[in-house]
Amino acid sequence: MSVFAFYLFAISAITGGLFTVISRQPVHSVLWLILSFISSAGLFVLLGAEFVAMLLIIVYVGAVAVLFLFVVMMLDVDFAELKAEMARYMPLALLIGLVILMQFVMAFGAWESAPGAADHLAQPVPTDRHNTEALGVILYDQYFLLFQLAGLILLVAMIGAIVLTLRHRTDIKRQDIVAQMMRDPAKAMELKDVKPGQGL
Amino acid sequence: METTILFAPLVGAILCGFGWKFLGEKAAMWTATGLLFLSCLLSWIVFFTFDGVTQQIEILRWIESGALSTDWAIRLDRMTAIMLIVVTTVSALVHLYSFGYMEHDPQWREGESYKPRFFAYLSFFTFAMLMLVTADNLVQMFFGWEGVGVASYLLIGFYYRKPSANAAAMKAFIVNRVGDFGFALGIFALFFLVDSINFDDIFAAAPTLAETQLTFLWAEWSAIEVVCVLLFIGAMGKSAQLILHTWLPDAMEGPTPVSALIHAATMVTAGVFLVCRMSPLMEFAPGATGFITVLGATTAFFAATVGLVQTDIKRVIAYSTCSQLGYMFVAAGVGMYSAAMFHLFTHAFFKALLFLGAGSVIHAMHHEQDMMNYGNLRKKIPYTFAAMMIGTLAITGVGIPLTTFGFAGFLSKDAIIESAYAGGSSYGFWLLVVAAAMTSFYSWRLILLTFYGEERGDKHTHEHAHESPMTMLVPLGVLSAGAVFAGMIWYNSFFGHTDQVAKFYGIPVAETAADGHSTSHGASGSDTVSSDGHGDDAGYADDGHGEPSSGEHHYVFAGEPGEGALYMAPDNTVLDDAHAAPKWVKLSPFIAMVLGLIVALWFYVWNPAMPGRMVENFNPLYRFLKNKWYFDEIYDAIFVKSALRLGRLLWKRGDGNTIDGFLNGMAMGVVPFFTRLAGKAQSGYIFTYAFWMVLGLAALVTWMSIGGGAH
Amino acid sequence: MIQADLTVILPEIVLAVYAMVALLGAVYTTKDGVAPLLVWTTSGLMAVLAIWIATSGNGTNVAFNGMFVDDGFARFAKVAILLSAAAVLVMSQDYMNRRGLLRFEYPLLVALAAVGMMMMVSAGDLMALYMGLELQSLALYVVAALRRDSVKSTEAGLKYFVLGALSSGLLLYGASLVYGFSGTTLFSGIIQTAKHGELSVGMLFGLIFLISGLAFKVSAVPFHMWTPDVYEGSPTPITAFFATAPKVAAMALFARLMHDAFGAAVKDWQQVIVLLSVLSMFLGAIAAIGQRDIKRLMAFSSIAHMGYALIGLAAGTELGVKSMLMYLAIYVTMNVGTFAFILMMERDGQPVTDIEALRQYGRREPGKALAVLILMFSLAGVPPMLGFFAKYGVWQAGVQADLTGLVIASAVASVIGAFYYLRIVFYMYFGEEPEEALDTHSSPILWAALMGSAALMLVGVVYQFGIEGAAAAAAATLVN
Repeated sequence: MSVFAFYLFAISAITGGLFTVISRQPVHSVLWLILSFISSAGLFVLLGAEFVAMLLIIVYVGAVAVLFLFVVMMLDVDFAELKAEMARYMPLALLIGLVILMQFVMAFGAWESAPGAADHLAQPVPTDRHNTEALGVILYDQYFLLFQLAGLILLVAMIGAIVLTLRHRTDIKRQDIVAQMMRDPAKAMELKDVKPGQGL
Repeated sequence: METTILFAPLVGAILCGFGWKFLGEKAAMWTATGLLFLSCLLSWIVFFTFDGVTQQIEILRWIESGALSTDWAIRLDRMTAIMLIVVTTVSALVHLYSFGYMEHDPQWREGESYKPRFFAYLSFFTFAMLMLVTADNLVQMFFGWEGVGVASYLLIGFYYRKPSANAAAMKAFIVNRVGDFGFALGIFALFFLVDSINFDDIFAAAPTLAETQLTFLWAEWSAIEVVCVLLFIGAMGKSAQLILHTWLPDAMEGPTPVSALIHAATMVTAGVFLVCRMSPLMEFAPGATGFITVLGATTAFFAATVGLVQTDIKRVIAYSTCSQLGYMFVAAGVGMYSAAMFHLFTHAFFKALLFLGAGSVIHAMHHEQDMMNYGNLRKKIPYTFAAMMIGTLAITGVGIPLTTFGFAGFLSKDAIIESAYAGGSSYGFWLLVVAAAMTSFYSWRLILLTFYGEERGDKHTHEHAHESPMTMLVPLGVLSAGAVFAGMIWYNSFFGHTDQVAKFYGIPVAETAADGHSTSHGASGSDTVSSDGHGDDAGYADDGHGEPSSGEHHYVFAGEPGEGALYMAPDNTVLDDAHAAPKWVKLSPFIAMVLGLIVALWFYVWNPAMPGRMVENFNPLYRFLKNKWYFDEIYDAIFVKSALRLGRLLWKRGDGNTIDGFLNGMAMGVVPFFTRLAGKAQSGYIFTYAFWMVLGLAALVTWMSIGGGAH
Repeated sequence: MIQADLTVILPEIVLAVYAMVALLGAVYTTKDGVAPLLVWTTSGLMAVLAIWIATSGNGTNVAFNGMFVDDGFARFAKVAILLSAAAVLVMSQDYMNRRGLLRFEYPLLVALAAVGMMMMVSAGDLMALYMGLELQSLALYVVAALRRDSVKSTEAGLKYFVLGALSSGLLLYGASLVYGFSGTTLFSGIIQTAKHGELSVGMLFGLIFLISGLAFKVSAVPFHMWTPDVYEGSPTPITAFFATAPKVAAMALFARLMHDAFGAAVKDWQQVIVLLSVLSMFLGAIAAIGQRDIKRLMAFSSIAHMGYALIGLAAGTELGVKSMLMYLAIYVTMNVGTFAFILMMERDGQPVTDIEALRQYGRREPGKALAVLILMFSLAGVPPMLGFFAKYGVWQAGVQADLTGLVIASAVASVIGAFYYLRIVFYMYFGEEPEEALDTHSSPILWAALMGSAALMLVGVVYQFGIEGAAAAAAATLVN
């Protein structure tokens, strides 16, 4: 059963990846990408990493892929033109890809781990606690430094996004909530007694 | 004190050459001159206080490289002391003289500053020359040797706007390179054989070297002969001996004070100095000394013949110098080094005097140098005339025969001729006597053409002829005194009896009793002889300069090689033999001199048409002499042309086509091609860049998987 | 345990916390108004940290289970990184201010990039390596595009970002291969497994992918293509920054990875690095000839210089690492001076990057021209400038490591490369009079940076301020 599930997810992940690249419609590409993500999530479940699987669904499918969808729809990039350009390089790219692939086949054919490699491997799936807790312990204990660094990276990404896109336009009216709330109704309106024929 | 002597000129050169802008022109020149007079004064003090024992004064550790260990030191012995006074005296006087001579040089534009440069070169030359003569080892000597070469080059080419001056400077430099090559080879050979270049070590090894064989140029030679010949080749270049003499006449392109200092009194005698300095080696190399004798005599003869027909006043004196240097080499060649030094010493005075006198004439005649345009100048420039007269009397060797009373040249030249006879070189003897006659002829010819007869040439120039300023006349006066008295005062020291000479040079002597036993008189010569070495009595040799001392003492030289300033082997009896030469030998130079004088008078006073007729009758001979035996033409045809051809070949084909072609092709063809290629690859498209990255990665991976890493 | 770890990493924490606090402070006050102040405080803090690191640290301290290594090598690199970053930051203020680019995020991004670089050179683990690398890179992507209204600048940022992502992908792939082989990401673990016999093909591939990813960061050929475009497009002070601190960091990381994780298989990576080095030197020399834009020219120059520095790495010896560190220190000094000059190249207040504009500069500004001459000679490696001794050092290491061919090739490349440096000198002294002269005014900071750097090129020949000893000590801690 699990073998069948593995091949199912694996094949659908690869297919999804392939069609992401080759489909003509960018929206279709994103949808294929979502399929690929979901299949990967299935693979994680098979490995017993259900927390990671859920993260993949929530973060990648739920947030990233949907964002992509919006971006693709709004940008209206002519992918066909880009692809035509790329097609020129396709034979060469295929050749190089083939060469690298062959070499990897050779490499994996002769794969052997280092003699001490197994000892270095941490136990992949903890049995005494569940996944989420185990991940938390690892993140905040063993990989505390990396976790914090990742946070810094995200901070930089955020700063970067703001720096590169945020603009304070001065030619538009803005809603000033504080000013609105602090408004004194008494002063909101001033009555003037205008004498006829004189104006203000 | 010795260090001060050595470095004062250098300081002067630096201050004058680089500092004249700050000091001012006049002050800079006076600084250099003043420092040289200081140097000169100290040199005379050293000369008179020197006790004959060789001293080494270390200045600094110089070279330490493998077996080569060399100090920069002053070797103070009699040779050095003599050279010190010669160099500093003439140099100081020339500095002084130059104030007048260089005052308004027509070679330079108004306001151009050239004098400090001239003085700096002169001082630099003096320093280099002092380096040469004070050297304690061959490398230091070579340093000075090349230093004077450079100074000579700079000074010959001082008038750099004149192409002929530039050509002459180059010629001097290049011809000297040939000699220097020999000298350098000699130094290498000595280092190879002795493992040292210090004089002490070399001299001590001389007897061993005489036994050693050396392979040189595919043949076995006696090591010492090879070394001596190589060293002499160096001396030939510097001292303008035959084959390598061609640069000296051309060197007259330089300003006249330079000719006086460098090309008459000091630098050109460096070769003689070298041979005398190397006397411990020379004494063991009969073949080499024989060669020196023959070559010296030939040069003396050759230069004298050429001098007969030259009309440029400086060239006449230049050939005369060449000829006199030949005399010195003959003396050195026959083993009478002391006589060579004697002639070097006196020659410095009278030849510098002649040159400076000639300079004074030239100055008076507005830089006209052709004697054919002179005449009847004795009234206009009486002091110069007097000085030139004294110089001529000295060089022709006027004196009272069979006594030691005469001008400087009389004593020293006669000493050489007697030595040549005594040394058994009849070839040398006869050539020198003939050369003496010719010397007399061309010297008197110079005087007669310049100061007597009709005024020839440009009238205007003659009208404006004027006596030179004091700064030029004072050196003439001082040198005149030297030309008159130097021979008489130091005759005994240089060419007196064995014991006197030995004491002068600090050579130990041995006394030979009647029965032939010799008893050593101790290691040092200082305690052997009671009489003062120099400056005492000319009357010691009261029996004329010649009769062997028949007193109870009979001395022979008994020093080891390296002891004393000179080395003369115990079996070297040339000195005694010379004194014992027959009367006719002693009279011969005097007779030759009188003969020359009479012929000169005949040609230029009694029968002025005679020279023209001679030229017509002996036209081929005249042309032969006038063209200096065609040496320049032959050299030009054989060496200069073919060297130029070779150079042009290497330049055009080797340098131009091959090397430049390759580099230009690389620089203008291949590299820009790749530059364009690299520019094209830089397309600006991200996918191109990414493609290149992947391509590079693929290449690396492929390379690794085929090569399999390091295994 | 955590306390000890935090002590080791304290300089990084200080800098990161400073960046965050300053960020908040700026946001809640006058925003860009405090930017000039932030520039000064940031560079001041970095200088202080550099001095602190240089004087305080000793020995080798390992923190966070071996992920963070604080040793002499890391300290040397950190000091170089912090000082050069501080110098470039100070130099940039005037330029950025006048062009309205001086935003308060700029100094803080530089500070965060510096934190990333410090993490890089201290990395003891593939993951830590990657984290440091990304922190640094991300900040750099942003600053490259800082002039967001300029097409060139945004293009530069985008190119850098996309290609950087590709290189990160290569790096990660390599890391995963290595992990798959050795079962650990710790350098100390990897070197243990590598010691057993020879590297397997998979490990070798991983190594090559890692090298490729890092080669991108040091812009070694053929992973260099981004360099000219990014250098040209970015604002000049950012270019100056790119050419200095990140190069030191990337080279140091390169050396650390090679020696700490693969030190047992020197022969395996040596040949790859030799190839990268040769290609970089030649491409840098040849391609720069065609450049008229001084920033592009400096980009190729930095490619070539990285090639020379790689010789030291390729040697695979202690002397090699030492010469590489010396090379980097000297290279950074030269570049600070050169970019100070490029920042001064203005005509009517507008930056000029065409080298033709330098015609006859020597007559108008003899002092500055002389300094540039010294720097150009030094960059070209003309003795007796310090740049020559930098090259001489790596050559020495190369010859000792039997890489004579590489050394000869690099000598040839440096002859070719001398051409374009000397062309600048030629323009300054012999060129024809340009139509419009460059402005003569200059900020005292730039002037001081230019003159100081040029003076160091001469003074350094006789006195290196102890850098040589420090580099030797640093190399000794890395290679053993």
